[in-house]
Amino acid sequence: MEDLTLEIPQGEVFGFLGPNGAGKTTTVRMLASLIKPSSGTARVNGFKVGSEDKAIRGSVGILTETPGMYDTLSAERNLQIYASLYGVQDVKGQIEKYLRMLGLWEQRNEPAGTFSKGMKQKLAIARSLLHEPSTLFLDEPTASLDPEAARLVREFILETKKHGRTIFLCTHNLDEADRLCDRIAVFKTRTLVMDTPANLRARIFGRKVVFHLRQADQGMVSIFQGLPYVQDAQVIENKILIQIDEPEEHNPELIRKLVGAGADIQFVGELRHSLEDVYFQLVEESS
Amino acid sequence: MNKIRTIISKEWAEVFKNRFVLFTVAFLPLIMTAIPLVILFMTRSEQVLNSLDTEMPAQFSAFCPANLSSGECIQVYVISNFLVMFMILPLAIPATIASYSIVGEKVTRSLEPLLATPITTAELLIGKSLAAALPAILATWAGFAIFAAGAWLILAEREVFFAVLDSLWLLAIFLVGPLMAILSVNVSVIVSSRTNDPRVAEQISMIVILPLMLVFFGQLAGLFILNNQLILLSAAALLVVDAILIRLAVRLFQRETILTRWK
Repeated sequence: MEDLTLEIPQGEVFGFLGPNGAGKTTTVRMLASLIKPSSGTARVNGFKVGSEDKAIRGSVGILTETPGMYDTLSAERNLQIYASLYGVQDVKGQIEKYLRMLGLWEQRNEPAGTFSKGMKQKLAIARSLLHEPSTLFLDEPTASLDPEAARLVREFILETKKHGRTIFLCTHNLDEADRLCDRIAVFKTRTLVMDTPANLRARIFGRKVVFHLRQADQGMVSIFQGLPYVQDAQVIENKILIQIDEPEEHNPELIRKLVGAGADIQFVGELRHSLEDVYFQLVEESS
Repeated sequence: MNKIRTIISKEWAEVFKNRFVLFTVAFLPLIMTAIPLVILFMTRSEQVLNSLDTEMPAQFSAFCPANLSSGECIQVYVISNFLVMFMILPLAIPATIASYSIVGEKVTRSLEPLLATPITTAELLIGKSLAAALPAILATWAGFAIFAAGAWLILAEREVFFAVLDSLWLLAIFLVGPLMAILSVNVSVIVSSRTNDPRVAEQISMIVILPLMLVFFGQLAGLFILNNQLILLSAAALLVVDAILIRLAVRLFQRETILTRWK
């Protein structure tokens, strides 16, 4: 990987998207001080990567691609080991807090090897939070989870965000990134783009307002001619699609014009491109 | 120190749940202790000793105390040979534990979250090495203590007892044994970096037993007889080999190497 520049403010959920082999896991490993960058500088929680690695590892939590639990040991014993390695003071209290929060308290004495994938993932999340890190790296947190477990993990991420934690989320699940992230970066060995999901949509596809009419004909496009802010207008079946930069500002005038022209407006909305559309557009352009 | 203790207790909690490891740690010392004791027991009567009163290898006669009969010397000679086999313990036990401990973590991918904690690489390697070497050293010493107690009870002649348990074996058990355990652990770390099956790692690591077998058969064939000088020389050689292997193992056991090159 090369040419990666990013700054993530405290408390932000930052999505890091990219195809397999793009360098997402390598980036997480570097930022979590697991491996050293060959060049460049980075600071995590105020500590410098490469020279203050122990401090970084003590102040961040990481959920690796695979949970990597000790299968023969109980859930509680697994967490005790990590609590001790992270130097947690109230080991018992912290373990109980997170096992209860993630719904695993009743199964605390069962070997981790008997847990389902979802339960193991939840246990790994508990492990990553035991020492109350201010930054959390999550590498594919919902990969291979069933919808129920994935939803629980997503809700947990949002709950974690409320406590002011910075979350660095690597995911292939674009819908998940769209729902959880304040900002996202699309990465393919170098940063392609970085912004909020809404701004990315606007940047790649522009903003489009869709007017659902009882009946529409091609002639209605002429209503918008002469309006400087209208970039494009087209009629598709009984819908009129208008591309403009600031629909919040101009929609009232557009509605007045349509009503004045005798159109029966049923609904007005914004045409939302999915983050998947944005992602593929960017990755294809870079290829 | 706390972190090293945590790693050791984790290793023991996990690895001793594996019945192959448990068998090696529990039964191997029992077998190795029982064999020389059974030989001592079978050859304890004067009648048997007299029947053993035959010609011995010339080198061995020189080390046999003058006050012992030829039969007793042969008894000492045979037991000494089996005590060489006893030295398998500090080689085999660490190889088994370290193979299952390191390759096991590699297979379950539990090394990455472990490396993500504030533990230093040295603490992790020391913890894992001690977890593999300590049971071996303790099992060797415990086995030797049981053998010594058994020999004390079986042997009527105290001279024979002190000839069997002379400085040679004390040096072997208390000096060479721990050095062998360190050698075995480091070979296992090196082998573990290249394999993905604990059993394969264990089998390859067992290559460290080969030189010991050469010593065993060499002494049986009368090519040489172990003496204090040879044991001290082996200890010095082991020190050098251990130092080289530790450097190599430390190089292989770096975070970056484990995460990017251990496949």
